[in-house]
Amino acid sequence: MKSITKQKTMEEVEQSLKGLDRIFIIGCGTCTTMTKTGGIDQVAEMKGKLQDLGKRITGTTVIPTACDDMTETAMKENEQFIRNADVILSMACALGVHRMSLNISKPVIPAVDTLFIGVEETPGFFREACAQCGQCLLGETAGVCPITACHKGLVNGPCGGTNNGKCEVDKEKDCAWTLIYNRLKEQGRLELMHRYQPPRNHHISLKPRSVRIQ
Amino acid sequence: MVSRFKEALNSGKFVITSEVAPPKGTNLEKMFHHIELLKDKVDAMNVTDHQSSVMRYPSLGGCLAVKERGGEAIMQMTCRDRNRMALEADLLFAYSRGIENVLCLTGDAVPVGDHKEAKGVFDLDSLQLLKAIKQLTAGEDLGGNKLEGAVEFCAGAIVTPEAQPIEPQLIKFEKKVEAGAEFFQTQAIYDLDNFRKFMEYARKLKAKVLAGIVLLSSARMAKYMTENVPGIFVPKNLIDELSAVPKENMLAKGIEIAGRTIAALKKEALCDGVHIMAIGKEEVVPDILAAAGL
Repeated sequence: MKSITKQKTMEEVEQSLKGLDRIFIIGCGTCTTMTKTGGIDQVAEMKGKLQDLGKRITGTTVIPTACDDMTETAMKENEQFIRNADVILSMACALGVHRMSLNISKPVIPAVDTLFIGVEETPGFFREACAQCGQCLLGETAGVCPITACHKGLVNGPCGGTNNGKCEVDKEKDCAWTLIYNRLKEQGRLELMHRYQPPRNHHISLKPRSVRIQ
Repeated sequence: MVSRFKEALNSGKFVITSEVAPPKGTNLEKMFHHIELLKDKVDAMNVTDHQSSVMRYPSLGGCLAVKERGGEAIMQMTCRDRNRMALEADLLFAYSRGIENVLCLTGDAVPVGDHKEAKGVFDLDSLQLLKAIKQLTAGEDLGGNKLEGAVEFCAGAIVTPEAQPIEPQLIKFEKKVEAGAEFFQTQAIYDLDNFRKFMEYARKLKAKVLAGIVLLSSARMAKYMTENVPGIFVPKNLIDELSAVPKENMLAKGIEIAGRTIAALKKEALCDGVHIMAIGKEEVVPDILAAAGL
């Protein structure tokens, strides 16, 4: 499971760093390394580009996993360089930005956009597999999630836009309900597709969502 | 009260519906003209709901215009742009203003239209919307609260007889029948042998089906549709037939094909009627009806 990101354009990064000249850059050794959006190489590249723009880089680091408590340790280790910075530029996903912000009052600005949580199905190919809806239907849909795999998130079968097993929004995308049908058929469980699925509860866990484990 | 359209459906006659498309903007003259042209020639007129996800004057507004001009309207309602509260509220309003027929659709995806960055809602799907209408008819909203004054709609849905693969589509069709859809309008059909097979199956479910007739206005359009539009299959012989006539006669040929198809459906009593979609060429719907001998 990976947090899938894409780099913001340099114009966007430059815009968000307006008036902030001393920068400390933090990358992540897990997801953004895997997606080549915020690993060691991309952090070095970003450093060069920002220096070309006349920015001063007070330091850089790549935290093994920027979304957990290693972030606090790494930021402590780099305290003197961070102290000299006006801003932290995060090349971790939004979870990393959040984690960094817990430890510091300086602005933490993302250099990447977080797109979705993906599963690596084949090497280098990530697919969104779960939208954390809180009402898991996978047991009734042969393990294919209609909330994430169907463009419209339909739970009662395909729409009229399905075409030869593909989706109306993109001929490259599979129709989730064709996949579900084929797998249920293979499992001899097609009766599940005949079942009426009522409207979803969009407040299963009330936003903003959190949980305390006892 | 039973709607005029429902009466027609129950009368056993060959039902004719067509559609009018609201404009992008507030100049309603062309829509009014199409309503006047068709209102006495068809049993009801669908008013489309931001068709192809292109923002337009609303279906509800178009339905009121049909009603004001003495026509019978079928309000197309998609789940793309409104959550369940907004859909319910619009149903209450429509009913209070004399709209009595609804076609429940999931709706095209937002990115195929002209507001590509808009949020697609899909809080309900077409099946859940059908059920919601039944619940409102029973005097209760989707929150489980009692209504002061219920609705009474003739609610229908769509089916795509040429969908590939067909099986998942048929399962959803069966669910819509079970949910009490009172009529079905189909996606365009051109191949009568395929449609005959579909109807053998649909008849067993006792569904009332109006076959979708989309006017083929040129060979190019026919080719484009069969290659690109989900659930549409135009047989090669029809494309050849269109290609064989000079460009300026293609529309007339398309009208002839549509008329001939309708006449064949009626003669064989293959289905309960037809739903004619002229897509921008509403002017020629009377010609199609004449070509069909209606």
